[in-house]
Amino acid sequence: MAPGPDLLLQMYAGMLRVRLFEERVRELFANGRLPGFLHTSIGQEACAVGACAALRADDYVLSTHRGHGHLIAKGGALRGLMAELYGKANGVCHGKGGSMHLADASVNYLGANGVLAAGCVLAPGVGLSIKRRGSAQVVVTFFGDGAANRGPFHEGVNLAAVWTLPVVFFCENNRWASSTASSLSAAGGSIAARAAGYGIPGETVDGNDVLAVWEATTRAVLRARRGEGPSLIEARTIRWVGHFEGDAQAYRTKAEVEEGRRTDPLARLGRLLEARQLLDAAHAGRIRAGVVAEIDDAVAHAETSPLPAPQDALADLFASYPWSR
Amino acid sequence: MAVLTYREALNLALREEMRRDPRVFVIGEEVGLYEGAYKVTQGLLKEFGAQRVVDTPIAESGFTGVGIGAAMVGLRPVVEMMTFNFALVAVDQIVNTAAKIHYMSGGQYRVPLVIRGPGGPAAQLGAQHSQSMESYFYHVPGLKVVRPTTPMDAKGLLKAAIRDDNPVIFIESETLYNVKGEVPEDPEFLIPLGRAIVRREGTDVTLVAYMGMMYRAMEVAEELAPEGISIELVDPRTLRPMDAETIIGSVRKTHRAVVVEAGAGFAGMGSEIASFITERAFDDLDAPVERVTGANAPMPYARNLERLKTPSKEKIAAAVRRVCGTNGG
Ligand SMILES: Cc1ncc(C[n+]2csc(CCOP(=O)(O)OP(=O)(O)O)c2C)c(N)n1
Repeated sequence: MAPGPDLLLQMYAGMLRVRLFEERVRELFANGRLPGFLHTSIGQEACAVGACAALRADDYVLSTHRGHGHLIAKGGALRGLMAELYGKANGVCHGKGGSMHLADASVNYLGANGVLAAGCVLAPGVGLSIKRRGSAQVVVTFFGDGAANRGPFHEGVNLAAVWTLPVVFFCENNRWASSTASSLSAAGGSIAARAAGYGIPGETVDGNDVLAVWEATTRAVLRARRGEGPSLIEARTIRWVGHFEGDAQAYRTKAEVEEGRRTDPLARLGRLLEARQLLDAAHAGRIRAGVVAEIDDAVAHAETSPLPAPQDALADLFASYPWSR
Repeated sequence: MAVLTYREALNLALREEMRRDPRVFVIGEEVGLYEGAYKVTQGLLKEFGAQRVVDTPIAESGFTGVGIGAAMVGLRPVVEMMTFNFALVAVDQIVNTAAKIHYMSGGQYRVPLVIRGPGGPAAQLGAQHSQSMESYFYHVPGLKVVRPTTPMDAKGLLKAAIRDDNPVIFIESETLYNVKGEVPEDPEFLIPLGRAIVRREGTDVTLVAYMGMMYRAMEVAEELAPEGISIELVDPRTLRPMDAETIIGSVRKTHRAVVVEAGAGFAGMGSEIASFITERAFDDLDAPVERVTGANAPMPYARNLERLKTPSKEKIAAAVRRVCGTNGG
């Protein structure tokens, strides 16, 4: 089981989109043009992209506060995403969600959740619906190493396991829950090992190796589609920047960030593509130029978009057709 | 019309809605094999099977999340809380996800979900098992909150809640499950959410109450009638959205209002009702709005103290007399 050339190039472009999007977000925030409380995923791109590349378009994703990359990897349009971060009326959530509460139904992206581990209990519900409908879809729920210490993680894994639901629990272990080290807060030393207690497969992968992530997720997804139940994947990765934009990061060493840059998942895939003669400098330049143009367009679109109308503050409080279905 | 218990009325509502719509399913602790801690789901497993009557582990946060997740992608779950006290364990799911997803997603995802079970003062169950839970939920924009007083309301409102495309908190009462009353057999009998009902017409004072307090208020109304005090009883039925118009309309007629609630008074339902009456019908009032509320203490266990905790008929009657200026009768 290995991805073909097209998929490899697609994942390369996908990781580059996430990387450049997040870098632009940081820049816009630093320049005071972008509002909000922002958590970027620079350094963790292989997790989002490798996992989502293993999915069908109609599969579902549940995400976290660090979710821009998940949405991009699931196929979300940059225009709607960027306009949402700007809090504009034509953002994907009409300016009601923002960075930590993104949702995009057009790509079955059920949403980021600002409460850590909440997705872990929503996922079995989605799985239950999939099973009832017999649609052979899968739901992936992303969460961090910090979230894995919360009750909903355990309740969600237990429910998905006991009911054999098509759920992939995908933990991005970036070693930190804001400033709290995973080594000081997660007993047992391994999140993946917790799967054993629930009788489901648990696998640790190098989260900076997009191929490894894709392979592990593909295994989990195929198992789920066969009706054999959930899996837990722990992808070990490194976030290169602060927990949030503005985080001084006094709690960790520069060496860790350097380690992250040395194991850069994007450069790593680039080298592999070059070695297989699937990518050269000119081709890479064209991919980059395309992504930059797309981001430029998204920013221009967001900046020129209107703010929501005042009356929109009360819109969508309730679904408006209570007797319809 | 059939005469059914409140429990049977709820059961009938579930049964009818599950027959009508295959997306409706019931999920919770002991709802299937055991047929519900209070037997509200009796016979459902037999009729609809384990796919639609789902027994869960003891995991309120988990199975409430399951209900929300399932509701977001095509099903219409009815989540049973063994008692509503345990919904506190799932409050994050209810408040942060169920209530907000439709709004936060800009209308992309709906959560057609009912969370139901008993709540409110019960009989010597003690502080953690006997408390008015509605106040934790009606404060939250995005939730609808229902408290059905009669068997007829139990059926009509539960059916409306199940057909609603929004999350509905539906709080029953341990003390009402055996109450009997007339219930329409028509499977299309629905009571729209957000409509109050005038249970007894009167001219001198508007008494607002629901659930057990409504039955108590009814007795007070009968007992004060011979004194020449004519009480109009209004039951909001849905606490959110609240049918303020019906209450205000009644107050404009009677010029006096007393609000009764079983829960602790501080920032309770009575405070809200008293404030909108005062804001919107101040000129119609002949007396300040009175509240008769539960004491601001947890529910004590001892029978005598438990009685002191909730509004008694005597306290309700005294408040009515005060606003009517007939202190002492
Ligand atoms: C239940 C809950 N507690 C606290 C927070 C505040 N918070 C936001 S992100 C974060 C750290 C999360 O760490 P982790 O789950 O490892 O994800 P990461 O940020 O590393 O991606 C905290 C504590 C929250 N959002 N939800």
